[in-house]
Amino acid sequence: MTNRKDTLNNLLVPLLSVVMGFVLGAIIMVIFGYNPIDGYSAMINGAFGSSFYIGETLRQATPLILTALGFSVAYNAGFFNIGVAGQALLGWLCSVWVANIFSDLPGLILLPLSILGGVLAGALWAGIAGFLRAYFNTSEVIVTIMLNYTALYTTNYLIRNVLTDSADATPRISEGASLRAGWLTELTSNSTLHAGIFISLAMAIIVWFLMKKTTSGFEIRTVGLNPSAAEYAGMSSKRTIIISMLISGGLAGLGGVMEGLGNFQNIFTQGAMPTIGFDGMAVALLGLSNPVGIIFSAILFGALKIGGNSMPMISGVPTEVVDIVIASIIFFVGANYLIRYFIDKRARVNKGGVK
Amino acid sequence: MDIVQLLQLIVSSSLVYSAPIVLTALGGTFSERSGVVNVGLEGIMVMGAFSSIVFNLTFASAFGDMTPWISALIGGLVGVVFSLIHAVATVNLRADHIISGTVINLMAPALAIFFTRVLYSGAGQTDRITESFGKVTIPLLNRIPIIGDIFFKGTSAPAFAGILIAIICWVVLFKTRFGLRLRSVGEHPQAADTLGINVYLMKYAGVMLSGLLGGMGGAIQAQSISLSFQASTIAGQGFIAMAAMIFGKWNPLGAMGAAIFFGFAQSLGVIGNYIPIIQDIPSVWLQIAPYVITIIVLVGVIGKSEGPAAGGKTYIKSK
Amino acid sequence: MAESVNVIEMKGITKQFGTFKANDNINLQLKKGEIHALLGENGAGKSTLMNILSGLLEPSSGEILVNGQVVNISSPSVANKLGIGMVHQHFMLVKKFTVTENIILGMEQTKNGFLDRETAKKDIKELSEKYGLLVDPSAKVESISIGMEQRVEILKTLYRGADILIFDEPTAVLTPQEIDELISIMRALTKEGKSIILITHKLDEIKAVADRCTVIRRGKSIDTVDVSVTSPQELADMMVGRSVSFKTQKKASQPKETVLSIENLTVKENRGLDAVKGLNLEVRAGEVVGIAGIDGNGQSELIHAITGLTKVESGKITLNEQEIQNKTPRKITELGLGHIPEDRHKYGLVLPMSLEENIALQTYYKKPLSKNGILNQKEIKKFALKLIEEFDVRTQNETTPAGSLSGGNQQKAIIAREISRDPSLLIAAQPTRGLDVGAIEYIHSRLIEQRDNGKAVLLMSFELDEILNVSDRIAVMYEGNIVAIVDPKETTQQELGLLMAGTSLEQARSLIKQGKGKESVRID
Repeated sequence: MTNRKDTLNNLLVPLLSVVMGFVLGAIIMVIFGYNPIDGYSAMINGAFGSSFYIGETLRQATPLILTALGFSVAYNAGFFNIGVAGQALLGWLCSVWVANIFSDLPGLILLPLSILGGVLAGALWAGIAGFLRAYFNTSEVIVTIMLNYTALYTTNYLIRNVLTDSADATPRISEGASLRAGWLTELTSNSTLHAGIFISLAMAIIVWFLMKKTTSGFEIRTVGLNPSAAEYAGMSSKRTIIISMLISGGLAGLGGVMEGLGNFQNIFTQGAMPTIGFDGMAVALLGLSNPVGIIFSAILFGALKIGGNSMPMISGVPTEVVDIVIASIIFFVGANYLIRYFIDKRARVNKGGVK
Repeated sequence: MDIVQLLQLIVSSSLVYSAPIVLTALGGTFSERSGVVNVGLEGIMVMGAFSSIVFNLTFASAFGDMTPWISALIGGLVGVVFSLIHAVATVNLRADHIISGTVINLMAPALAIFFTRVLYSGAGQTDRITESFGKVTIPLLNRIPIIGDIFFKGTSAPAFAGILIAIICWVVLFKTRFGLRLRSVGEHPQAADTLGINVYLMKYAGVMLSGLLGGMGGAIQAQSISLSFQASTIAGQGFIAMAAMIFGKWNPLGAMGAAIFFGFAQSLGVIGNYIPIIQDIPSVWLQIAPYVITIIVLVGVIGKSEGPAAGGKTYIKSK
Repeated sequence: MAESVNVIEMKGITKQFGTFKANDNINLQLKKGEIHALLGENGAGKSTLMNILSGLLEPSSGEILVNGQVVNISSPSVANKLGIGMVHQHFMLVKKFTVTENIILGMEQTKNGFLDRETAKKDIKELSEKYGLLVDPSAKVESISIGMEQRVEILKTLYRGADILIFDEPTAVLTPQEIDELISIMRALTKEGKSIILITHKLDEIKAVADRCTVIRRGKSIDTVDVSVTSPQELADMMVGRSVSFKTQKKASQPKETVLSIENLTVKENRGLDAVKGLNLEVRAGEVVGIAGIDGNGQSELIHAITGLTKVESGKITLNEQEIQNKTPRKITELGLGHIPEDRHKYGLVLPMSLEENIALQTYYKKPLSKNGILNQKEIKKFALKLIEEFDVRTQNETTPAGSLSGGNQQKAIIAREISRDPSLLIAAQPTRGLDVGAIEYIHSRLIEQRDNGKAVLLMSFELDEILNVSDRIAVMYEGNIVAIVDPKETTQQELGLLMAGTSLEQARSLIKQGKGKESVRID
C-alpha cells in the first residue's frame, strides 16, 4: 500500500517538474512579448507534426537514451559521471576513425567493428576516472570535467592532423559502416532516423536486466548506496567502481557512435562539448536513472530539441527557450524537495489537518 | 625579438588570460569554503560576460574609458543575482550541489543567447565593443630597469586588480570574523549553528561572493579577450578556474597562483608561435595542459582531504 | 549546599516528531549550584529535552522559565544570552581550527575589523586556570586528546558566560582517570555558582557526582529523587519501568577445540599509527570471549583485521586451521565467520535497500539465491521470509527499506543473516548499542544459544554489564594489547575498570584490597 503510494509520488516529481519547466518557459515568452501558445504549438508540430518530424525526434532521442543510460549506471554506483560528453565525443571520433581506416571491409564486419571502436574509446576514457577513484580516491566529478576538455582539444587536434590533412571535417564513412537503413528513411519521409534507435532500445532492456536481475547489478547498487556495507559483504568496491565506470563510458561512447555512424556520417571539429553529453545527464536525472524513465524522457528531450528548431521560423520564438525549459526541468528535479514538500503537505491536509 | 621583449610578451599575455580565471577561482573559493560545491562557475561567467558586453555597448559613450570597469561591476552584480539560483537550490531546496551547478551551466548560455536575440533583433551574437580593457603601463613601477619593462609596461590592468583582490580575499578569509564564520560553516555547520552562527546566511554569502567574482571574471574575459558576446565567449574558463581553486588548495593566494599558471598555459596556445622551443610543441599539449595537470595534482595529494570537510553536503536544521 | 532557587524550570514540555512524542509533558527543575542528573535509557528523550533547552529544537508545547522568567529559547544564541551552555556528546568542534578559534567562534573580538586572537588567548588562559581546565590555545583541535577536546567544549560555554551547563553523556569516551578529572571539574564549577545538568544512563556516575536525579522513561518524566537516599536498584527500576535482572541465565560453558587463534597481530589505524600491537588471543568452540576496554584502545581495528576489512601489518590469524590474515572479507566469511558489525548503519545494512536484499547481502552470489550471475528473486524472497519469521523481525513486509525498521529489528535482521550461515565463529561488536531492554535480552540469549550449539563467539562491548553477563572469559584490551584475561565469576566492575585503564592485574587486586580503587557500584 505505502509502496504503491511512494511509487506514485516518485512519478509525480518528474511529471510536475516537466509541467513547471514548461510553465516557466511560457512565463519567459510572455515577459518578452512572445506568444507561448504559438511557440509551443510550433514546437509540438515541429516534433510530432509529420512522419518526418517524428523520425527526427526519435533520431535525436537515440544517442540521448544511450548517454543517459551511461550516466545512470555510474549514478547507481554512486558516481557522478559528468564526463559523458567527453566519452561520447571520443566514441564518435573512434567509430568514424575505425570506419575510415577499414572502409574496404564488408559492412557485416565493418559496422560492428566501428561500433566496438567507439564503445571501447568511451569505456577506456571513463575507466581513467574509475581507476583513479578506486585506487587514489580522486573525485570523479573533477576528473571527468577535466577529461571532457582534454577530449575536446585532443579530438579537434586528431581531426585536423591525423584523420585529415588540416581539414575541419572527415570524409563521409562508407555505406557499410553506416547505421542508416533505407526502409527507416522511407518510412519517415527522408528523415535522418537510423537503425541506431533499435540499439538504444535494446541497450535500455539490457541495462535494466543488468541492474535489477544480475549479481553484478546488485553489487553496483550496493556499492552506490553504501560502499562500506558492500565491502563488509565481500564485494570488491574497487572492481565494482571500475566496472561501472567502464559500462557507463561504453554506453556514452555508443551514444557518440550514433552521431558518427548514424546522424552525421562523419566527424568535424567541435567548438564546445557535444550537447548529447549534458542533455543525456539531464535525461537520466529526469528519468530517475531508470531505463524505462530514460526512454520516455529521452523522447521528450528529443522532441524539445527538434521541435525547438521550428520555433523561430513559425512563431518567432528563439530556440534557446527550449534550453531554458530543459534547464528548468532539471532544476525542479534536482530541487525535488520543493515538490515533495507540497505533495506531503497536501497529503496531510487531506488526512485531516497539518500535524 | 630580444629576450626582454619576448618576456614582456609572455608576461603580458599570461596576465591577460589569467585575470578572468583569478577572479573566478577566488569566487569558487568563497563558495566552497562555505560548504557549497560550485561547478556552475562556468555559467556564472557566461552571465557576467553577457551583461558586461550589453552594458558596455549601451553606455560606452557615456562612461568613456571607465566603461569596461563599470561593466565588470555590472557583470559581477548580475552574477550575484544568477548565483542565487544555486544558493536557493542547494541551501533551501536541498538539491544536489552538482546537479544544481549543472543546471546553472545549462541555463546560463540559453538565457544569455535568448536575451541577445531579444536585444539585438534576433542575432545570436553582439557587436564588438569599442571600449575594452586595453594594455596599460603602470606609472613609476615601469621605470624599474628590465623588471619594469617586463611586468609593468603594456600589461593587463584587470590582472593587477585580480592580484590585489586575491590578497584582500585572503585577509577576509583568514583574518576577519566573517572569514572565520564562513569557514566554520564549511567545516562543521552544526558546530557553527550551536554557537549562534546563521549557517544559511553564511552559505548564501559564500555563493553570492562566487557570483560576484565569477561574474566579474566573465566580464573581464569578454571585455579583454573576445570583445563581443556569443556562445563561445566562455569556453571552459569556469572549469579551469575550478581547477585553479583545487590546485590552490582552497586558499585565495594559492588559487591566484594556480590561475596565473593556467593563464600562462592558455596564452601559450596563442603566442606560442613566437617563442622558440614552444613553437615546435603541438598546440594541443598546451591546450590540455591545465586539465591534465589538475588531474595529476589531484592524484598526487591522495590521502589528504584538503577541501572543506562539509563541502557538498546540505545542512538541514532540525526544528 | 544547594540553595532552593530554581534557575531553570521546564513545565509540561512536549515535543512531537510526526506522530512520535519524543517528550511528553516533561517537568524539570534545576536549583542553583546543584548537579542534577537526567537519567533514562537510550531513546528515552533526554537529548531531545536538552536540545530544547539549548535552543536547537523548539517544543511543541510547554514553557520554560529561566530565573523565574518565562522565556522563548528560539535559537542557540538566545540560550547563550540566557546563560545556558551545552557540552555536546559528539563534540561540536571544527577539527581544522585552533582551540582558540573554536572557543571564540560566534563571539569573536575584533580590533580594527580584524580578529583579535591575542586578547582571546589571554582570556582563555585566565578562564582555564580559574576552573582547572588545561588546554593549549594555539593547538589545532585535530591534534589534541579527547579529554582536551572535552575541556575545550566546556571552555566554549564558559567563554560565553554560561551559568547553566548541560553535559550530554560526557563520560562515554573518557578513561576512568579522565572521568575522575571531569568530576572534580564539575564540582569546581558548582563551587563557583554554576548549575549543572548531567545527562547519563550510568548509575555509578550519578551516585558519584549528582545531588538530585530526574528519571525519564519513554518521553515522560517519572520522578525526581534525592540521589543520596535512593539506591541504584531503585534508580534502575524507575529507568526501565520494571524490576531489572541484570543477570542473563546460562549454563556453564564447555569449551572445545580452538576456532580462532591470533598470534602477534599488529594493525595500523587509518592515520598510520599502531592500533593493535603484537596481540595474542584464542577463542574456542563453545565459549563466549568478551573483549572489554575503553573506546579507542584498538578493539575496532582488531575486529576489522579479523574480518578482513583492515590490512594486517604483521602476525597470524587462524580460523578453523586456515590462515586468514589479509584475505578478502568474502574469503574469510566463507571460511566460517559471522560478523555483527559495530556500526550497523555503516557496515551492517544498506538502509535504502529492501529488507530481503539486506538479508541476501552475504549469500546473494550463491545458489539458490542466484545462478550464473542471475539473481533468483523467488528464492531471495523465500529465504527472507523464513528468517523474518524465525528471528521475529517486526516489519511491514519483506520489501520495506531496512532504514525504516526500528534499531532493534535492524539488528535482529543482521543477526538472522549472520547466524543463518551457521558460522563457526560469530563476532558481535557492540551488538546492543542503542537498543531497548527487550531487544538486548533477545540478542544476549541468541549469542548464548550460538555458544551452546558449539560455536565460538567473540563479543566486543564498551558496556561492562554486557561483558560480565554474557562472557565466559573476559579479555581486557588496553593500548592495542590484551593486558589481562579474567573469569567473569571472579572479577568485578571495579577490577575491570582498573585493568581497562592500564593497571596490571596484581596492582589492581592489591589496590582493591586496600580500598583505593575507583568508587564503583555493583548492581546485582
